[in-house]
Amino acid sequence: MAAWEIWDDHSHIYGVPGRTPTERMAALVKYADRLGIQRLCVFMGMDFVYDPSPERLRLENDQVLEAVRAWPQRAFGYVYLNPKHPAASLGELDRCVRDGPMVGVKLWVAEHCNSADLDPIIQRAAELKAPVLQHTYLKIGGNLPGESTPMDMAALAARHPKATLICGHSGADWERGFRAIRPYPNVYADLCGSDPTAGMVEMAVAELGAERVLYGSDAGGRSFASQLAKVLGANIPDAAKKLILAGNLKRLLRPILQEKGIRV
Amino acid sequence: MSDPTGRSGLDRRTFLKAAAAVAGAEAMARHATAEPPVAAPSGGLIDVNVSLSRWPCRRLPYDETRELVAHLRRGRVAQAWAGSFDGLLHKNLAAVNARLAEDCHRQGQGMLIPFGSINPMLPDWEEDLRRCAQEHHMPGIRLHPSYHGYKLDDPAFARLLRLAAQERLIIQLALCMEDERMMNPLMRAPAVDPSPLVPLMKQTPGLRLVLLNTRAPLTVAPLMALGGPGEVYLEIAMLDGVAGIERLLQHVPLSRLCFGSHSPFYIFESAVLKLKESVLSDEQLHAIRQANAARLLASKSESHNRRTAAG
Repeated sequence: MAAWEIWDDHSHIYGVPGRTPTERMAALVKYADRLGIQRLCVFMGMDFVYDPSPERLRLENDQVLEAVRAWPQRAFGYVYLNPKHPAASLGELDRCVRDGPMVGVKLWVAEHCNSADLDPIIQRAAELKAPVLQHTYLKIGGNLPGESTPMDMAALAARHPKATLICGHSGADWERGFRAIRPYPNVYADLCGSDPTAGMVEMAVAELGAERVLYGSDAGGRSFASQLAKVLGANIPDAAKKLILAGNLKRLLRPILQEKGIRV
Repeated sequence: MSDPTGRSGLDRRTFLKAAAAVAGAEAMARHATAEPPVAAPSGGLIDVNVSLSRWPCRRLPYDETRELVAHLRRGRVAQAWAGSFDGLLHKNLAAVNARLAEDCHRQGQGMLIPFGSINPMLPDWEEDLRRCAQEHHMPGIRLHPSYHGYKLDDPAFARLLRLAAQERLIIQLALCMEDERMMNPLMRAPAVDPSPLVPLMKQTPGLRLVLLNTRAPLTVAPLMALGGPGEVYLEIAMLDGVAGIERLLQHVPLSRLCFGSHSPFYIFESAVLKLKESVLSDEQLHAIRQANAARLLASKSESHNRRTAAG
């Protein structure tokens, strides 16, 4: 592989061989090494639940804590929260981020992200300088009941202009997703979790600027290869690739890493 | 071909009909006398899944044939099996296939091997098949049931398989072209259900089938375990998940896996990087990168040569 510095903003210990979080993290790192990926942001547990209870959130976050503690030089953890359980979510945010090693927040499909239920989570994450990665998708057959769209993300961003928000998957239907988040400079486009269709990254750079685009894999459900190819195979300048592959994520995480005394 | 239409060879009536209907009659006449470009390359990748012309819903990088060829060349592709995006929605497939043959010949720089589109729902599709085999000397055809509105248990599909197998054509069957969830809402094309292939494989001697764009390869792995004379191959364009190839090889024979990129709709580098993400022996790499596809193509070429010698 070329000597790119590569930080992956979106990976899981789900879909990876191994009986424990530590074993799965080891497998994930092994595969990442083959493609020269140095750092992985990891969130959610060994199995996924659409609408996790407070107990389930704690279990999954404990699994990620085990994984990242085993690989502190390679993995960053994001705390998984459910806005339907605000008190428990704020408790987990404090436990895993304020008082623990995690550096970001992950929200999935429990509730649409334009809901006011997210506000205390976003405010607290911003205080902790933790970026918030919200899953978004745009399916022509219809989303899951609580599954957010990039348009929902735009509504959230309008209420929280100072928070660092990452639009997970950019809606997957990226031609619509990039347009939806375009007016909101505090929203970053996560490239992962969709097929490696040609032209995606070129449009992201043209419409958002390279500074707002983040490489991610969504491993283990997706391969590192198919998602990394989106950037490496794009017709964009090397300087833009450098930002997308690592520079932007380093910039977003630098404040919270400095707070925690983590040097990279 | 065993005269499925009552026609034999390139008779005058057929030729005039074709010349009136098909763009590039001059080129077609030249192809009618040319040897089929089916020689396997001596080195480099064989990409069994590329397409020419325009994707219906979006301009793509490298959707000009010359640019695609140059891009594939930079990716060390020696040979690419090319269908046409026009084959998805155009009704005049005779013209689509003539353009494809012409494009491959004029702009392919020896790399592009044309695979014409056949739609068994169209009237007189057998003539399209005949032209692919006899006029354009294509080694195979490409099918798009999702876009042509039939399921694999349709009797016309079984008949098409039989005729193509008799002609020793390689059949490329595209199970889908893109993520169903991301399609233009006015152009939804559900993925093909491959399950009817199980009895068809048993009923169709000599069938050589390459499944393109297999999103869930484990669902078709049982096809490869079938006995009998037919052969089923997979390619890796839509294979996803970490270390996908080495994990897939626990379920399918190495001899049935080929390199495919689905370029230019997909980014070519995706398929190349999959070869790096899995730990593969030199033998495995050689088989996937080239040898399996070369062997498949060579069997077609041998068949053609035998028939030419006999004729």
